[in-house]
Amino acid sequence: MSFFKTLGEKPWLAQAAGGMPLLEHDPHASGRIALRFFLAVVGVLFFLFTITFLSRSQYPDFQALAGQPWQPFTDPTRLWFNTALLAFSSLAMHMALMSSRAGRMNSTIVGVTAAAFFAVLFLLAQLDLWQELQAMGFGLGGNPANSYFYLLTAVHGLHIAGGLIALSNVVFRVWNNGELNALSGLLKLCSNYWHFLFVIWLLLFGLLTSEPDTINALAALCGF
Amino acid sequence: MEHVAIADQIDEMHDPDTFITKYIWSQDHKVIAIQYGGTAIVVGLVALVLSGLMRLQLGFPDTFDFIDPSAYLQFVTMHGMIMVIYLLTALLLGGFGNYLIPLMVGARDMVFPYLNMLSYWTYLLSVIVLLASFFVPGGPTGAGWTLYPPQAILNGTPGYDWGIMLMLISLAIFIVAFTMGGLNYVTTVLQARTRGMTLMRMPLTIWGIFTATVLGLLAFPALLVSAIMMMLDKTLGTSFFMPAIVSLGETMDYTGGSPVLFQHLFWFFGHPEVYIVALPAFGMVSDVLATHARKNIFGYRMMVWAIVAIGGLSFVVWAHHMYVSGMNPAFGFFFATTTLIIAIPTAIKVYNWVLTLWRGNIHLTVAMLFAIGFIFTFTHGGLTGLFLGNVVIDLPLSDTYFVVAHFHMVMGVSPIMVLFAAIYHWYPLMSGRMLHVGMGKAHFWFTFLGTYAIYLPMHYLGFLGVPRRYFAMGSTDFIPESAQSLNASITISALIVGASQLIFIYNIFWSLRNGEKAGHNPWQATSLEWQAPDIPPRHGNWGEKLPEVHRWAYDYSVPGAVEDFIPQNVPTSEVAVTADDHEEGHV
Repeated sequence: MSFFKTLGEKPWLAQAAGGMPLLEHDPHASGRIALRFFLAVVGVLFFLFTITFLSRSQYPDFQALAGQPWQPFTDPTRLWFNTALLAFSSLAMHMALMSSRAGRMNSTIVGVTAAAFFAVLFLLAQLDLWQELQAMGFGLGGNPANSYFYLLTAVHGLHIAGGLIALSNVVFRVWNNGELNALSGLLKLCSNYWHFLFVIWLLLFGLLTSEPDTINALAALCGF
Repeated sequence: MEHVAIADQIDEMHDPDTFITKYIWSQDHKVIAIQYGGTAIVVGLVALVLSGLMRLQLGFPDTFDFIDPSAYLQFVTMHGMIMVIYLLTALLLGGFGNYLIPLMVGARDMVFPYLNMLSYWTYLLSVIVLLASFFVPGGPTGAGWTLYPPQAILNGTPGYDWGIMLMLISLAIFIVAFTMGGLNYVTTVLQARTRGMTLMRMPLTIWGIFTATVLGLLAFPALLVSAIMMMLDKTLGTSFFMPAIVSLGETMDYTGGSPVLFQHLFWFFGHPEVYIVALPAFGMVSDVLATHARKNIFGYRMMVWAIVAIGGLSFVVWAHHMYVSGMNPAFGFFFATTTLIIAIPTAIKVYNWVLTLWRGNIHLTVAMLFAIGFIFTFTHGGLTGLFLGNVVIDLPLSDTYFVVAHFHMVMGVSPIMVLFAAIYHWYPLMSGRMLHVGMGKAHFWFTFLGTYAIYLPMHYLGFLGVPRRYFAMGSTDFIPESAQSLNASITISALIVGASQLIFIYNIFWSLRNGEKAGHNPWQATSLEWQAPDIPPRHGNWGEKLPEVHRWAYDYSVPGAVEDFIPQNVPTSEVAVTADDHEEGHV
């Protein structure tokens, strides 16, 4: 581990002459580090929501959203559809990144547009799902499981929306300043964020559509 | 380990030329730091006045008509929250973190200057939202700074309607601001260090700020999560934290939520928060002690390891704030054990500070006085922490003034002592002028002795069983009459200490014009921030060429060297040595 090696250095000893070598200049290194820390922050956020979900699930009034025929996610087809939209978005982002690395401008534009399109579609589909749930009588305050569904999808959706703002910022920067050579580095950051949110969504999907037995087992594993 | 970051490219540093870009919408880390610091101190003074009002009520009950029980609880709540979050966190990380990181690691600015600017303005917004709660119907929340549900959002608690919502919104905004700033701090430390500045050559100040920022990034989400869920409980009728409850004879719509869940979340943030405040203070006091004792910090590596170890351990001690909330005895045992383990790296740090002073060439400057004062107050507050960390001792003491005395000594007075030390130490760098020494010493003695006059008797009140958070004692048989005289004396001390801070404020403004010119490196310090070509440093910090680092930050009183300090940017070949040592090849 280089971290432990670093912590073991003895800075008071004289260093060999010549000092340290200069690393190559990489303007995106800072962005990558900052994004890594940001993803850690977002990860902790969802981790804590999940932990409270598992803890709250052990109280008697909690009724999971799947498991019985009358519960909305016993048949999660609708959620799979939304998941597919987000998967397309992630895939399109990846293609845009690959194209921009290969210098194919047209397919980069197609990729970015498709990624944004599917992401917006995903958000609309989630909103539609909310309305459907409301219509079925699963309101926000009806049951803690409902509350968590709305809360977690909302927080996740806000992160997607934030990603869209960041992506449009990248597009405008490239458009206005013509920083074409910076594009792939910036798209790399966007696509990492996109994939991360896709993985988070898969975890949330798994959690929110779990049957009571699964949730209880997970909660027991966490000591609740 | 050497990087050239965006901030190092001189061609990208446009000197701001208008007043607005220079001082208001500034992207310069030094201006942002002062904006952060100024805002934090102003809001901190509000909290100081609130504590004075609380003390007036406690020292002289039934005297002041405008302090009713609701107002008292509101003062307690706002005082606590402002001091911990909006003053200490903002001043240590937003203020000193911003000012010192780029200068100490040899960067031209933060890596993301625009984000940095946004961070300050978002912080200012959170402060405005918080202070707005003084002017809404019902006033600010009086739920206690821990905002425990269910009472925080139920009728009967002051500010249960508007106040609590503004508090939660303000906290959420603050967390956004902190995250923007925090990403900047960690990235700058990791990416923008100048040539030769390895991680282990960084001054301990930077280690403290860096580790505290990582803690903040990982801990503040817990507060955000609890704030969001409580807002939903309040506004949209969810039952995350709210149990089935009858309030004022009326059955609420809430069903079986868990108030203890909130407590876990809150303290999962709250305990690391203690170290978010303490670690930068630990780092800064180490540098002040080494510089003014003209001696290298004792056990530098151990100090770094202790900072990292404390940072890690701070995430597994949170439930020691909840012994009286009821928990599995095995958990209590676990958290008591981790709490006592965290005392080990902390004690190592205290020993190393004392050993740094041992046989040092101690200069009793005002900064040094405050730094030594910190060793006293911190040891004192830390030792009472050992008592409270044990479940059986905590249970009877938990809701008494003993706890108030403990946490004020350890995370109120101690970080403030370091902040004063830091301001007296780095003010010349920031302004180019020295603070007035006489006023500084008066300020120190009033503050140092005054805080003992305030908090020492509180331990005794705690032993007597005087409960905290109470507006008035009423008829309490087990508390002797003398406790009231003690309370009155505490109040008088508190008012004197509060008033003596005016000396400090006056000194800051007076010295800005009339202070002695600081010149270059007035403390003869080794660290990089004093080696900038201009004091105070100009935009871009380093002029044409970035400094190169050849040594660690603690080459004080090196045997054989002519001067008692060797700045970090001086190569070995340029160190002036005495004749004898030259022949023997020392240095």
